[in-house]
Amino acid sequence: MFTWLLRRLFQACFVVLAMTIIVFIGVHVIGNPVDILISPEADQAERAKIIAEMGLDRPLWQQYAYFLGGALHGDLGRSFVFNEPALKLIGGRMPATLELAVTAVLMSMCFGIPLGLYAGLKPNGILGRVIMSGSILGFSLPSFWVGLMLIMTFAVQLGWLPSTGRGETAEILGVRWSFLTWDGLRHMAMPALNLSLYNISLVLRLTRAGVRETLPMDYIKFARAKGLSPARVIFVHVLKNIMIPVVTVLGLELGTTIAFAVVTESVFAWPGMGKLIIDSINVLDRPVIVAYLMMIVLIFITINLVVDILYTVLDPRVRLETKA
Amino acid sequence: MSETAVPNHPVEESPFRRFVAEFAASKVALFGLAVFVLIALLAIFANWIGPQNPYDLAQLDIMDGRLPPGSKSVAGYTYLLGTDDQGRDMFSGMLYGLRISLAVGVGSAIFAACVGTTLGLLAAFFGRRIDTIVMRVVDLQLSFPSILVALMILAVLGKSVTNVVLALVIVEWAGYARNVRAIAMVERKREYIEAAACLALPWRRIVFRHLLPNCLPPLIVIATQQVARAIALEATLSFLGLGVPITEPSLGLLIANGYQYMLSGKYWISFYPGLALLVTIVSINLVGDHLRDVLNPRLKR
Amino acid sequence: MTATLEVRNLRTHFFTRAGVVKAVDDVSFSVERGQVLGLVGESGSGKSVTGFSIIGLIDPPGRLAGGSILYQGRDLAKLDERDMRHLRGNRIAMIFQDPMMTLNPVLRIDTQMIEAVQAHIKTSKAEARTRARDALGMVGIPSPEERLNSYPHQFSGGMRQRVAIAIALLHNPDLLIADEPTTALDVTIQAQILAEVQKLATDHGTALLWITHDLSVIAGLADRIAVMYAGRVVETGEAADVLDRPAHPYTHGLIGSVPSRNKRGDRLAQIPGMTPSLLSLPAGCAFRGRCAHASTACEQEPPVAEPTAGHAVRCFHPIQGAPA
Repeated sequence: MFTWLLRRLFQACFVVLAMTIIVFIGVHVIGNPVDILISPEADQAERAKIIAEMGLDRPLWQQYAYFLGGALHGDLGRSFVFNEPALKLIGGRMPATLELAVTAVLMSMCFGIPLGLYAGLKPNGILGRVIMSGSILGFSLPSFWVGLMLIMTFAVQLGWLPSTGRGETAEILGVRWSFLTWDGLRHMAMPALNLSLYNISLVLRLTRAGVRETLPMDYIKFARAKGLSPARVIFVHVLKNIMIPVVTVLGLELGTTIAFAVVTESVFAWPGMGKLIIDSINVLDRPVIVAYLMMIVLIFITINLVVDILYTVLDPRVRLETKA
Repeated sequence: MSETAVPNHPVEESPFRRFVAEFAASKVALFGLAVFVLIALLAIFANWIGPQNPYDLAQLDIMDGRLPPGSKSVAGYTYLLGTDDQGRDMFSGMLYGLRISLAVGVGSAIFAACVGTTLGLLAAFFGRRIDTIVMRVVDLQLSFPSILVALMILAVLGKSVTNVVLALVIVEWAGYARNVRAIAMVERKREYIEAAACLALPWRRIVFRHLLPNCLPPLIVIATQQVARAIALEATLSFLGLGVPITEPSLGLLIANGYQYMLSGKYWISFYPGLALLVTIVSINLVGDHLRDVLNPRLKR
Repeated sequence: MTATLEVRNLRTHFFTRAGVVKAVDDVSFSVERGQVLGLVGESGSGKSVTGFSIIGLIDPPGRLAGGSILYQGRDLAKLDERDMRHLRGNRIAMIFQDPMMTLNPVLRIDTQMIEAVQAHIKTSKAEARTRARDALGMVGIPSPEERLNSYPHQFSGGMRQRVAIAIALLHNPDLLIADEPTTALDVTIQAQILAEVQKLATDHGTALLWITHDLSVIAGLADRIAVMYAGRVVETGEAADVLDRPAHPYTHGLIGSVPSRNKRGDRLAQIPGMTPSLLSLPAGCAFRGRCAHASTACEQEPPVAEPTAGHAVRCFHPIQGAPA
């Protein structure tokens, strides 16, 4: 178990290093930030001074070494636009994105599992079919358009929910969260639902497939032969078997959800990292782009690692194999 | 007498004809196909169908800006789906937008299929180092969400139709490569490939004349799904302002343009292009879903 | 005294898209307290479906299409699901064929046993656990207290079947249905399990319905034997009568094809042909296509003959004399 963990950690570090190179080289081919950031009226001396300040005159490999050294100290450069450390900028926006993504993933479980269970238990019923067709829509609808429609319906036409922003926030551990206030929750409802739509379909389908697969198993029949109530058979015997793949997939989806928050945050003007990266790309604020990408890579790798460990904890069969 | 003879000597059915018959068995899929063909025709003949050339500034009248659907223009013409802020007829704008969306979606899917299939086949056929390299890249790429990869590439290359297509190709090729490799690995072990190798046929011939045709059915299924995904992704990128430039607006950009007016209740500028996008994607997916059932040999019988 | 179980004219049909499958068609037999009835037949003869019909676990598209299942005089076919559940695992228990599949792989043994106890008795968890431990000890599982904390995959096949038997016997049922519980096990373990089940059954006066395709298993165990073919009972009688003086050509063939009964070097007798499809059963005797004694008379429904008292056979041409 320990050597396995160590090996996984080593692999993770290697991927992070590889990604720093890819990201750095990729980003440093983007146009020429000098042209954008320095006013055309600035004279030659002023330009040179700013270029030297930003380290843009040095060779690429030196810039990379400098970047890597900085990254190890948690320094990914200063934003050209905000003139603030990029990492601090990202960090300031991260809670908003994280709470949105986590809420979306939780929502997908709250909706996806019951719907999937129903569709799995009654595959030929009308409601079961409607649920399945609905899940196809959930997969194929572009999420930004769904977001627009949500705004149009619930904010513009019905006026039930606020259309944009985070609303009131409350502070815990020095970070501001929306989910702690009623107003914040109202602001979060639509973006979270929008972001979770794809995951709801995914969980729903996984659950349904799991139910269809588990129900004909002998151990389900045996559980019924013991005289257990249908509720106990479904919610303990069937569900426990399904939860393992569902939780694994959802865990892995958290990273993707954080990435797709880019779209939702743009639609609902949610002040998270996603909105920041779009703005940064539009003005070619390189340090912020790099910091965002490094952060995402780190989040992805951490999530993969945690899910792997959780998986071994959840599934007794896997647990045994890794011990042996 | 002749009636009993028929079942004993069935007419030799071509695989294609059987495929068509099986496909036509699903009314939903046929409906999807019909809708998609209609959409494609509308897009191709946008110049003739559209009442207005939305990008000919001479035809636009700023006084007609943001008119709701059914309004009469200053010149007495009826805007079926209203106008945008520039006074463009939304219906014409959508036809032109559809054209760009479809071209980008289908074009990128074809390019990605070529690149991905070639690399997947080579990986499967040559194995060893080529296989390792190709598959590592595929794994790495597929472990990151498509939107992120596309975002990066467009951030690097800037906005243009070509760059959007390129970004979509880079996002999508990995999916083709992985699937094609998996199928080709199975086919490679078959006797007919061994026989071809024994005949000392050149590898190009073996790969493209023998391996490729056997990978085609699943490839078609993947390609259909990828076209839908590409159209959706392009729309998303354009909506975020990272896709096609304003001079060549796709459906996604039209939707983005109408976004700011939606909060004041002028829904049609965003709504109708969105509806067109939705219908396009869903119709392709309906066809794709059924194609998967028909072409997947594992599901047969 | 009423029999523990009396099945009368039981019909269980599966209404599939391809047509009605008459898996069990007019089956009658009875089992007395403390008695063992061997239900013998090839796979697909409807013997397992008969077992599941009795315990009320036939799933759609199958359903009881007629007949009665009298358990101590009560007709189970007319019982609602709630009352049936109180009998299931309590008064009527079942063990399945494949022990690798009968225990839920993601639940611990104690969970699966405690829930079985608590399904029928209101008791504390600790109390239920003690009962579970005692039951495990009774079926010969060493250090039951520790084994309760294990997962099914930590047991061998024979051990798992013992756990399943322990669960089935938790409430000292009046009727135990054993659906080929030893076929998936090694021969040595088979013998142990057979002996244990038989002992437990006689100790508690449990009526035992032993379903098997293997005549040699049933020979030393059963008091009475019922032979099924294509959904029907073709021969019933005292074990000695059926085994030593089989009257139906099918039974005759079955006995002839058991290796141990043949002399070395002799060719094994076999029944030619295959079990007919239950979807398109021929009119009259279903076995006539494979029967050496078949005549045109066999196209009619065969009558029930009684060569000796309590020995019934459904055949036009019952065989007289000893087996081949």
